[in-house]
Amino acid sequence: MDAQVLDRILDKYAYRHSDIIEIMQDVQRIENYLPMESLSYISERLELNLARIYDIATFYKAFSLKPRGKHVIKVCCGTACHLSGASQSLDQITRQLGIEEGETTEDRMFSLETVNCLGACALAPVVVIGAEYHDSADANKIDKLLSGYKVNGESTD
Amino acid sequence: MKIPVIIDGQLVKVEKGTSVIKAAGIAGITIPTLCYHDALKPYGACRICMVEVIYQKQRRVVTACNFPTEAGMEVHTDTAKVREIRRMVIRLLLARCPDVPILKKLAQSMGIEDIKLKQKDEKECILCGLCVRFCDEVVGANAIGLSNRGIEREVTTPFKVLSGTCIGCGSCTYICPTGCIEMVVDGEKTGMRMEMGNISIDPCQDNYECETCDVDKEFMTTVKRVFAEFRNKYSSH
Repeated sequence: MDAQVLDRILDKYAYRHSDIIEIMQDVQRIENYLPMESLSYISERLELNLARIYDIATFYKAFSLKPRGKHVIKVCCGTACHLSGASQSLDQITRQLGIEEGETTEDRMFSLETVNCLGACALAPVVVIGAEYHDSADANKIDKLLSGYKVNGESTD
Repeated sequence: MKIPVIIDGQLVKVEKGTSVIKAAGIAGITIPTLCYHDALKPYGACRICMVEVIYQKQRRVVTACNFPTEAGMEVHTDTAKVREIRRMVIRLLLARCPDVPILKKLAQSMGIEDIKLKQKDEKECILCGLCVRFCDEVVGANAIGLSNRGIEREVTTPFKVLSGTCIGCGSCTYICPTGCIEMVVDGEKTGMRMEMGNISIDPCQDNYECETCDVDKEFMTTVKRVFAEFRNKYSSH
């Protein structure tokens, strides 16, 4: 990530130590993850020790230190989704993309994660891709869902 | 301004805001603790220094290390309730680290023999944070920190790689109450390594094979280029 971009983010929060989470969220919004170099740079400019930043980055599940795909797929494995076949959907995604849970495809298009409940049990099984919720996403529907994103993703690149 | 505080029936006068544990020390009463150190800010992590405090007719159980004293406060350091809480804390710590001498000693003094929650993979770190705080507040190196959360919480260097700020002073090995941090210099690996019980810090992930390391790759290619140039020059003559 560019030093200039990072400086702009740091300027926005007036180099306040208390805004470290917001700063990291901004970095993650651009990069999809928190690159080690960016965190080192932030630590240097903010004069906040790196051990503390690493603590925060690993404490919150929302932050990722590993590169994530353009589209983050979240498969809900909560009770209602589990009963309506979330694990079959998960298997189908795993087969389709060739990645396990917590991994990212080689072309950095998709990352696969599981969540325990999205609070949308009436729509079970729920699969969230990026910011879009997909209801009744059973194994049969997965191929269609993913192909839509593959086409979209390539055309926008 | 000094204020009167009653600790275990003993009247002591301390500065307002002095922590209960310090006031008890003035009165000559020792409160057991694992995460408190005079040189560091109180942290309240180990929960062994629990005491019962009566202030303004309210009875509370608090951690002695970070609870400030007030005028007319009454502190009880050895009531049945306090003993029961400490026993519970020791049991939980023992379940995590059954082989740590200081915990064994504390358990013995409290009459705890059996641990019902024994784990299979025993760790030695009790996450008191003394090493991290000492490195930050006294040494100022900030080489180590806590990371992750819940059962995965551990002491590591940032990104679990060789720390660029560690000065190798060994303060962490000195301050650790469980003795799980060791400075190791051994033959197999070059350089120094910090052993933190089961959660050991491996400073260099590439086993000091500098040629495969991203950091040194550029340096090594430069070295190779210079060598090749030298050789070509030499052979052409």
